[in-house]
Amino acid sequence: MLQEESDLSLIIAQIVQKLKGSNLYSQLERQAWASLQRPEIKLESLKEDIKEFFKISGWEKKLQNAVYSELSVFPLPSHPAAPPEHLKEPLVYMRKAQGSWEKRILKSLNSMCTELSIPLARKRPVGEQKELLNKWNEMGTDEPDLSLFRPVYAPKDFLEVLINLRNPNYENGDSLSFRTHLGLIQVPLKVKDIPELKECFVELGLNIGQLGIDDSTQVPPELFENEHVRIGQKVLAEQDSAAAQQYIRQGSPTALRAELWALILNISSQPEDVLYYEQLKTNVIQHDLLVDSLIYKDVKLTASNDDYYFVFEDYLYQVLLCFSRDTSVLSHFAYNSASPPKSYIRGKLGLEEYAVFYPPNVAPLCFLYHEPSKLYQIFREMYVRFFFRLHSISSHPSGIVSLCLLFETLLQTYLPQLFYHLREIGAQPLRISFKWMVRAFSGYLATDQLLLLWDRILGYNSLEILAVLAAAVFAFRAVNLMEVTSLAAAEAVLADLSTLKKT
Amino acid sequence: MAGKVKWVTDIEKSVLINNFEKRGWVQVTENEDWNFYWMSVQTIRNVFSVETGYRLSDDQIVNHFPNHYELTRKDLMVKNIKRYRKELEKEGSPLAGKDESGKYLYLDFVPVTYMLPADYNLFVEEFRKSPSSTWIMKPCGKAQGKGIFLINKLSQIKKWSRDSKTSSFVSQSNKEAYVISLYINNPLLIGGRKFDLRLYVLVSTYRPLRCYMYKLGFCRFCTVKYTPSTSELDNMFVHLTNVAIQKHGEDYNHIHGGKWTVSNLRLYLESTRGKEVTSKLFDEIHWIIVQSLKAVAPVMNNDKHCFECYGYDIIIDDKLKPWLIEVNASPSLTSSTANDRILKYNLINDTLNIAVPNGEIPDCKWNKSPPKEVLGNYEILYDEELAQGDGADRELRSRQGQSLGPRAGRSRDSGRAVLTTWK
Repeated sequence: MLQEESDLSLIIAQIVQKLKGSNLYSQLERQAWASLQRPEIKLESLKEDIKEFFKISGWEKKLQNAVYSELSVFPLPSHPAAPPEHLKEPLVYMRKAQGSWEKRILKSLNSMCTELSIPLARKRPVGEQKELLNKWNEMGTDEPDLSLFRPVYAPKDFLEVLINLRNPNYENGDSLSFRTHLGLIQVPLKVKDIPELKECFVELGLNIGQLGIDDSTQVPPELFENEHVRIGQKVLAEQDSAAAQQYIRQGSPTALRAELWALILNISSQPEDVLYYEQLKTNVIQHDLLVDSLIYKDVKLTASNDDYYFVFEDYLYQVLLCFSRDTSVLSHFAYNSASPPKSYIRGKLGLEEYAVFYPPNVAPLCFLYHEPSKLYQIFREMYVRFFFRLHSISSHPSGIVSLCLLFETLLQTYLPQLFYHLREIGAQPLRISFKWMVRAFSGYLATDQLLLLWDRILGYNSLEILAVLAAAVFAFRAVNLMEVTSLAAAEAVLADLSTLKKT
Repeated sequence: MAGKVKWVTDIEKSVLINNFEKRGWVQVTENEDWNFYWMSVQTIRNVFSVETGYRLSDDQIVNHFPNHYELTRKDLMVKNIKRYRKELEKEGSPLAGKDESGKYLYLDFVPVTYMLPADYNLFVEEFRKSPSSTWIMKPCGKAQGKGIFLINKLSQIKKWSRDSKTSSFVSQSNKEAYVISLYINNPLLIGGRKFDLRLYVLVSTYRPLRCYMYKLGFCRFCTVKYTPSTSELDNMFVHLTNVAIQKHGEDYNHIHGGKWTVSNLRLYLESTRGKEVTSKLFDEIHWIIVQSLKAVAPVMNNDKHCFECYGYDIIIDDKLKPWLIEVNASPSLTSSTANDRILKYNLINDTLNIAVPNGEIPDCKWNKSPPKEVLGNYEILYDEELAQGDGADRELRSRQGQSLGPRAGRSRDSGRAVLTTWK
C-alpha cells in the first residue's frame, strides 16, 4: 500500500515537473491572471473561484488531456536506484544488442561518407539555400544522382539481428518438446496469449459494432453507424482525450478522424508550433545532411510509386527532412533503447541526427492533414509514441521483438499445421510478415483500411494489434498457403493485401 | 433466339476484344450480317449519313447515337445547355432561378463560353469586364488536349478577330472553330497539384432518359505543381490533365499513371473537409451530369439501335464547386497502367451486360430496362420512367432520386418536384 502511494506521488511529481516546462503551464498562468478581471472571482475565495473558472472555460479539460497524455507515454517508475539506462531498457542483453546494431549502422554510414566523399553534415552555400527555398514545395521534381547511395539497411537485415538475439541467462535445454518454440525469435519474452488478448481488446469483440464492417452498405445505418457518429461528435465537443481514446477503439468515422487523432495525441496547433516547424525548415535549408539523400532516395522508391500516396510526395520530403533535425524528439530517447549518435558540422556546434532511421510512415497521414506544420506535429507525436518501437531492439511489449514473438506464438499455437508446413518449405512465416509489421502495414493495406487499423493503435495505446492482424492474415489465407511449395509462392499468395478488409 | 452474336469493331483494343471473346461472340466483317458493332465516331457518321447511310435492322446495335455531337462537341454542348436554360427560364421553372448577380443558382455548371469566330465581339465585351482573367482556347473537333492553349491578352487571339470583321460570306469552315472559356484558375489542389475527374456515364435511351453512372471513375493528376502565375501559362504540364499530354512529362510515372480512384478522393475530402461538404459535392456532380443529358435529350435522335458510353470530364474548384468541362463520345480505351486495364475491361463488361442483355442476339425493341443484378459497377443515375412513375409512389421516386440522383434538400425541393414530372 505504502509502495503504491509513494509510486503515485513519484509519478505525480514527475508529471508536474514535465508540465511546468510546457506551453500549457504558461497559458494557464496567463489565463489565471486574466481571470482576475472577471467579476465572479473574489479575493476571499480566490483559489476555488479560479478553479471553478478553469472548469467552465474548458482549461481544466486541457489540463486533464495533458496529464492523460503524459501518463500514456510515461514509462513505469522503477526502482529509485536504477541507472538511467535501465529506464530505457531493463534487459542488459537487449541493450547490448541495440548498441551493436547502432554501431553497425553508423559504421555503414561513415563508410558511405568516405566512399562518396560527402560529409555527414555540411552547411549549404547561400546560393544553394535560396534554390532549395524556392523548390521547397516541389522537391519531388528534383532528380539528383542518387545511384551511388545505398539504403543503410533493409528490413531483412534488421530481422536477422533480431533472430540472433539470445538471452545468455536462459538455458533452453537440448531436448525438443512440444513446447519448443519453432519460430525464428528465440527470446523468452512474455507475450499475451489469446485469452489475455481477448480481455485486452474487448471492444473488438464480435458483438460490438465496428466501423469498417458495420457501416458497409448492407447494414442499415440506424443500427450502428449513426449512433457512433453522434457519439464521436459529442466526444469532440467535450474535447476529452481519454474518452476519445476509448471511442476510437471501435473505429473512427472518416470525417472525424483528423480531429480525434489530434485530440488523443494532445496536439493543438498553436502559433508556437507553426513557428517551431518553420525553424526546422530553416535548419533544413541551411544545412545538408547525408541522411537527406537517403530519405530522398527511399521516398522516390516507395511513395512515388504508390497508387495512393504519390500525390503527397512533396509533403513527405518536407516532413521527413524536418524530422531528421528535430531535437525535441530527443526526449523520447529516455525510454527508447536506442541512442542518437552525435555529429558535428565542421566548425559549427553539434547537431544531433538520426542514423537509425528507417523511413516511418508519414504517407497515410497526408490523407488526414493537409497543412504542413500540423501534419508534422501529428507525425512526430505518432513516431515518438509508437512507431519508434518498430525500429529499435527492446523488451517492451509493443517493441518489434515482442510483436514478432507474439505473431509466431499465435500462429504456432492456433495454426500449427500451417506453421509447420511453411517451415518445412523454407518459408518461415515471420520472414513474410516482418515487413508488414515493421511498417505498420503502411503500403500494404488500402488506405481506408490502414487508417482504421491505426485508429486501434491509438485507441489501445499499443502496437500488439499489428501482430494479431498479421496472424489473422495468415489464418485467412491458410487454405491457399497449405498448397504452396516455396517461399516465393507463399510470398505471392500473401502479396496483395490490398483487398483485405481488416476485421 | 439461337445463334451467336456477331460482332465488328474498328477499334482494335484488347479490353474490347477480350470482352467479346469471353462471351463466345463471333467476329465478322462489316460487310457481313452483324449484330453488334463497336464503332469509331467516323464510322457512325457514315452509317447514319443521309447519302451513304443504311438502315439498321432490329437485331443490330451500335455504340453511338447518330447525333451524339450535340453533347460531345464543345460548342454544341454549350449551345444546347444555354438553350435549355433559356427554355426553363421562359417556363418559369424554379430550376432556372438566378441569384442577385444574375447567375443561375442550379444551372451554372459550365464556365462562361463563347464560340469563335462567331461570338468574337461578345467575347471581347466579357473579356474587358475582367481584364486580368485567363481564358482557355479549345478547338471544337479535337481531343486529347490537342491544340489547346491559354491566353490572357486579347492580342493573343487577334487572328479570330480579323476573320469576324471580314465579310460574313467568308466560309467558316476553313478557319477551324474554337471555343473560348473562362479558365478556372482556382482549381482544387491536392498535394499542390491540379487534377480533374473522369466519370463514365452510360445512356441507353434519351426519351425516356435512362442513364447509369460507373462507380469507379478516376482523377487524373498533373505531374507538375500548379501555379496560376502568368509565366507558366504556356506550360501544358501544369494546366492540362489529359494523360496523352502528361505522359510525355519528365515525371510521369508508369506505375500509377498519375491517377487516383474516386473513392480515394472521397476519403481524402471527407477526412480533410468533412462529410457534408463532400456529399454535397458528389450530389452536385450527379446533378450536372443529369442536367447536361436533359439539355440535349430533346435534340438527340433517340434511335433505338443505339446506346452510348460517355466520358465526362469535371473539374472541382477550391470552393468545392464542380464544373463540366466536356463530354467525350469515345473515351479512351487505352490502358496506361495495370489497374487501368482492369478498370476499362470491367467497364466494357458491365456496359455490354446492360446494352446487350444476356449476351444474346439483341432485339432493339426491348424496353431497355435491365434487371438490377446485371448492373455490375454501374448505378442508376436517373431513370425518367421511374421518376415519373405513380404519383402515389413517392417512396419509389425518392429512393430512385436518392440512389445517385440529385439530392434535393435545401431550397431545391420544389425543383425536384418539377424534375419528376418533367417530360
